[in-house]
Amino acid sequence: MKDKIRAVPADAQPTIQVRNPVRFITVMLLLAGLLLLGLLLNVSIGSVAIPVGSVFRMFWDGVRYALAGLFDSSAAERLQALVRTSTESQILFSIRLPRLLLASVLGGALAVSGLLLQVFFRNPIAGPFVLGISSGAKMVVSFTLIFLTRYIRNVSSLALVAAAFIGSLLITSIVLLCSQRVRSMSMLLVIGIMVGDICGAVTDFCITFADENDIVNLTNWSMGTFSGASWDHVKTAVCLCLLGLLAACLLSKPMNAYALGEGYAKSMGINIKVFRLMLILLSSLLSACVTALAGPISFVGIAVPHITRTLLKTSRPSYAIPAAFLCGAVFCVFCDLIARTVFSPTELKISTVTAVFGAPVVIIMMIRRRQSQEI
Amino acid sequence: MNGYFRTENLAVGYDGNVLIRDICLTLEKGSVLTLIGPNGAGKSTILKTITQHLAALHGTVSVAGQDLASQSPRQLARQMAVMLTDRIRPELTTCAEVVAMGRYPYTNLFGRLTPQDTAAVETALRQVHALELAQQDFSTLSDGQRQRILLARAICQEPDVLVLDEPTAYLDIRHKVELLDILRSMARDKGTTVVMSLHEIDLAAKASDCLLCVRGETVMAFGPPEDVLQSHAVEQLYDMEKGAYNLLFGSVELSRPQGAPQVFVVAGNGCGIPHFRALQRRQVPFAAGILFENDTDCQVARALSEHVICAPAFSSMTSAQFEAAAAAVVRCSAVLDAGAPVGELNRLNGQLLSFAREKGIPVYTRYPESEAVHG
Repeated sequence: MKDKIRAVPADAQPTIQVRNPVRFITVMLLLAGLLLLGLLLNVSIGSVAIPVGSVFRMFWDGVRYALAGLFDSSAAERLQALVRTSTESQILFSIRLPRLLLASVLGGALAVSGLLLQVFFRNPIAGPFVLGISSGAKMVVSFTLIFLTRYIRNVSSLALVAAAFIGSLLITSIVLLCSQRVRSMSMLLVIGIMVGDICGAVTDFCITFADENDIVNLTNWSMGTFSGASWDHVKTAVCLCLLGLLAACLLSKPMNAYALGEGYAKSMGINIKVFRLMLILLSSLLSACVTALAGPISFVGIAVPHITRTLLKTSRPSYAIPAAFLCGAVFCVFCDLIARTVFSPTELKISTVTAVFGAPVVIIMMIRRRQSQEI
Repeated sequence: MNGYFRTENLAVGYDGNVLIRDICLTLEKGSVLTLIGPNGAGKSTILKTITQHLAALHGTVSVAGQDLASQSPRQLARQMAVMLTDRIRPELTTCAEVVAMGRYPYTNLFGRLTPQDTAAVETALRQVHALELAQQDFSTLSDGQRQRILLARAICQEPDVLVLDEPTAYLDIRHKVELLDILRSMARDKGTTVVMSLHEIDLAAKASDCLLCVRGETVMAFGPPEDVLQSHAVEQLYDMEKGAYNLLFGSVELSRPQGAPQVFVVAGNGCGIPHFRALQRRQVPFAAGILFENDTDCQVARALSEHVICAPAFSSMTSAQFEAAAAAVVRCSAVLDAGAPVGELNRLNGQLLSFAREKGIPVYTRYPESEAVHG
């Protein structure tokens, strides 16, 4: 690149501040604190209450043995022994710990997935659930669970995610094709809801005519729940979601410029086609993880990014993505706590709780937007 | 091969359909080119092809001898910045952030702003007189403020070529002048080559080094404003059947009243213009005289009436002109005395008023009888 006469000397000291990280750091610390609190409450509260002190002790032992187990096989046996020694430790290690880890990672993934879709459509009301993407994923996963299990005994969690990913992409492509025809966002949402309903109908049809044996696992999952989380699920979720989060962070610079519209984004040197494809793939991957491992969960994808932006007072993706991930984790951990404990021993589906807290947020957001557009 | 900015046999259009062909432009570094022409003529299409938003259907656009189509997006972004007509509404984004997006081609993978980048943002904001808006939310701005912030964003990109699509749209007269002043100073001080489209022909003629008249299959004219805007160029360009465009004043006169003159206006020294326009508003056909050709009254009268009796500048009116005027007066049902001072050279105008009174044609004047000087 040839040298230009630069308006600004290299050692210039600006007097204005474009970005203020103080608020971002404060919000991140707040969310991290809330997440820690949520995790602690979640492991100790339940049908069997475990005192926080023994949680810490068992957890410390578990981590110690698990780390030692990497080098020394006898430590792994001791880990197994630790898990089996008491009911408490069994509940902690086999039920509560994987469940809350899954809830936090998938909650974060869902929030980031929603955020990516909102950047894509340049509209804060987009999300994987309202656009029918979750329902598409659910449909393909149901097919897999019903028909594939006849031939294969154990379908791995990775295969489920792959199935959900295919379903997500399928529905996203349909919604995108429609979005080229209709310019208004509200029409797009109506299309998304309709497509989602069609997928739901197909899923119900399959379930109705499927063998009783085939749908044992299905009914629980298809409602959306974090119960039944296994360490296998946690491993898959952590790997894929953290990968997705990292990729989303790397896309934050073009995402920021994309907010000005395609014309400006292209003039700043963004390859629009590649960028849009990346957004769709990433958001589908993240929501596919959630749908495959926990079932469809509503409102987190819309409400959490909005809460995050309101807290941060900016929609800058490089701040909003990590904050939305944390915020989604906090949201889901607390929602899962409520789903699990409030009507114990009956467990609510997770969407029941997320809808109660998420839907009002969305309604308030839409009313505010309407007002600001009229001014 | 000279010229800094060139287009060679450029053909532009959408989807392979050529809209305008054979566009050959040559601009020196630091000059301002303005595209004028009616709505839908293809001004934006040419600009979009120059910025590489649309692929050229034929021919090339080159800057400093380099074909723009062969450059990487990042290279191109460092060379060319745009200001579009797209209405953008990024949410929760401060003006400083919008301007900072102009640094996109200069920042690293994460879009981190160095102090130098921030200083460039500050300089750009100061240049458009909008430093006080830095921390304000972009969505709360007025149209004029938005245009200035978007211009600052383009300036911040430190382009060699700045392309603006109707930058003065939505602006009031003060902001139009300010914006064009900024563009001129960028061209003059930094050697930025400016290519834009404008609706205001008068401003285009004053602010540009070159004009490009866009209409029809090929461009109508290209060159310095004084060459391009010959006698009826504007009326032809915009297909004006009614009304007239005065190149000297850069002002528009509305459609000329049709029919035989009913009123004769004795005018001169600019006193007649308000009367001519008042008659035009009521669509009363009129005659005017005797006017020196260098009188502003003559310019407007000729646009609004076919019956103007003129005298060459700087010499006394002749009896032949008087005869012609007198003949016109007797055909009219009233005479209007615009109140022009009568001196040595236009003595006959005074006689014309006396002649009308003798013939019993009513003479109206806005001025008390004593103030009007009659020779």
